[in-house]
Amino acid sequence: MSRRVLMEGSCAMAEGALQVGCRFYAGYPITPSTEILEYMAVRMPQVGGVCMNAESEIEAIGMVWGAAGCGVRSMIASTGQGISLMQESFAELANAQIPIVAVNMCRGQGDYFQATRGGGHGDYRFIVLAPASAQEAVDLIQEAFYLADKWRNPVLIMGDFLLAHTSELVEFRPSDELELPPKTWATTGAQGRRGITLSPLGPSEKLSTDLASALGKVTEKHPAIRAAEVRVDSGWVDDADLVVIAFGFPGRFVKYAVRLAREQGLRVGYVRPISLWPFPSAAIAEAAARAKALAVFELNAGQMIEDVQLAALGRVPLHAIGGISQDHSGFGVGPALTVENILGRIRDVYPRAAA
Amino acid sequence: MRATVTIDIETCKGCVLCVPVCPPRVLVMSEAVNAKGYRYPLLLEGCTGCELCAKVCPDYCFEVYREPLEERRTDSAAVPP
Amino acid sequence: MNQPLAPTPDMRKVFDKPDLLLKTEHSLCPGCGEPIALRLMLELIQELGLRDRTICVAGIGCYTAFPMIMDVDVLQALHGRAPSVATGAKRVRPDAFVFTMQGDGDMVSEGLQEVIHSAARGERFTAVVLNNGVFGETGGHATATTVLGQHTKTTPGGRNLELHGNPIKISELIAQLDGAAYVARASVHTPSSIKLTRQYLHDAFQCQLAGRGFSFVEILTMCPTDWFVPPEAGPGWLADNLKKTYPLGVIKDQEGARG
Repeated sequence: MSRRVLMEGSCAMAEGALQVGCRFYAGYPITPSTEILEYMAVRMPQVGGVCMNAESEIEAIGMVWGAAGCGVRSMIASTGQGISLMQESFAELANAQIPIVAVNMCRGQGDYFQATRGGGHGDYRFIVLAPASAQEAVDLIQEAFYLADKWRNPVLIMGDFLLAHTSELVEFRPSDELELPPKTWATTGAQGRRGITLSPLGPSEKLSTDLASALGKVTEKHPAIRAAEVRVDSGWVDDADLVVIAFGFPGRFVKYAVRLAREQGLRVGYVRPISLWPFPSAAIAEAAARAKALAVFELNAGQMIEDVQLAALGRVPLHAIGGISQDHSGFGVGPALTVENILGRIRDVYPRAAA
Repeated sequence: MRATVTIDIETCKGCVLCVPVCPPRVLVMSEAVNAKGYRYPLLLEGCTGCELCAKVCPDYCFEVYREPLEERRTDSAAVPP
Repeated sequence: MNQPLAPTPDMRKVFDKPDLLLKTEHSLCPGCGEPIALRLMLELIQELGLRDRTICVAGIGCYTAFPMIMDVDVLQALHGRAPSVATGAKRVRPDAFVFTMQGDGDMVSEGLQEVIHSAARGERFTAVVLNNGVFGETGGHATATTVLGQHTKTTPGGRNLELHGNPIKISELIAQLDGAAYVARASVHTPSSIKLTRQYLHDAFQCQLAGRGFSFVEILTMCPTDWFVPPEAGPGWLADNLKKTYPLGVIKDQEGARG
């Protein structure tokens, strides 16, 4: 039985996590992610879980490592700087194939590279999902735990100030997860079996020295993840002369601006990547095949635009219509994130497209 | 006290930690070397089965055997402080 | 096998390798003290019936070679990060027996804040540090516990107060924290010190099992390779140098460090 409640985005995500069995949270206060830690501090004990306010980000991700390594669904949230601190552990969690869910409540959208290229060392990838509403954030975080367990790979949710602090109606839909195999890789005490090692450095079987295949497993699953886990939203693309690409909450603003543009007679469409890794290259390529130009609106100096460039392969002109935009605090919403501004930028580049 | 040790000479790394701790001085290093190139301990007569060589060996080369003369208290963890 | 005096039928085997040791061969140096400490930990885990619920959280150092030969579950952590990983593990599995196995470089250099915070919080796991005063695995570099006068590749001519400052006495530092219930320092350079190590490990493990709070054992170990002495000189070097800076003994043993 589900019902809709009015909740702040951060709290809704935290509650969503708890409802799919997340029972360990560790975090460090950092704006604009702190509300998740606050919510967990109250709710986790209520559901029999553990919430730790760690003394540093590195210790927080270490605690998540320990809990997740023992087979418990575990989560952490921070913002860009905190995520930077966690990068060694992120890379090695992926190498150890330990599932975790991480949330980056970004300040702006400048952490796209950090998330999708991996700010850490080595060949790992995180599955990265970018919601554009509190409801989508709830749905994606619930799915994230499933995906992390399914692939034995960490999943990162990209949020932002608006997601964190906007209250919306959300529904906690009963999850109909497919069956997952038992976590026989987890260190739970070697009752009834030989001991196992759960390590980013090598094989889990004792006495084995097969380093190559242990590390191979980490990257061998990437093609399968790319094939299975692309998520994208798009609209008005079929007859569009200009397609605007944006992710996260700004993607919602872009959708609204595109609708207004249509009302004004402009043939504009949008593509909103929901999975940033794997990137919906096929949807972009398709848009590039039909449209006369692409435009990317992102609140940074140009990051996702590189993935769009790769996907479009130079078929049509590509315009950057976003840019760094911050408020005076550095945490929140800058002046560029308005429908008026976006529509203006669309109009700026549109005539070139229709010519 | 009749006792002896067996020594895994191929695992030995020739560290010589065992020789000086043996109270009856019945361990001497060989002239020959094992397959890894290390000298290893040889056992002379007179072993008392005190286990000290086994306890200091970093490579777990020793097994110790002893005739049980009496109910003896081994190096159990329940030693009072 | 060298068996000039083979065991007779009336002899009983009184000493064998630990049951939980899967293989006697390892790649650590001749005369290294760490395998001696490992033996004691495995013997105690077996003796106290803890195997089935043990989770060892290993740091990064020469001893990182041990997990593959230990028949218990091992969660391999990053350099310095075992205490936070152990915290997460013990918090979600309070019935597990959780201990860290770290070196001095791992715990006192890279990971100092982790172990301090864990001790302050009184986390109910046992932290074990194998202290040889040097980064062994990387080939002999100074750590926060390298003693004054000790030559390493980064303290050529010896650790110098002016240039390199003082070593950290980690056991004494940890003992100051209210959450630390049992703190002891032992050594493996002589048979009698090995016996002491076993006792202290036993008492630290019991501290965890009784839920009294954070337990901590520092074990001084020989590293002849990176002390630049022959293996047989390791115990003497430890006694003359390491032990002088780090006295052995029980530094703290109190009831109810945790509620």
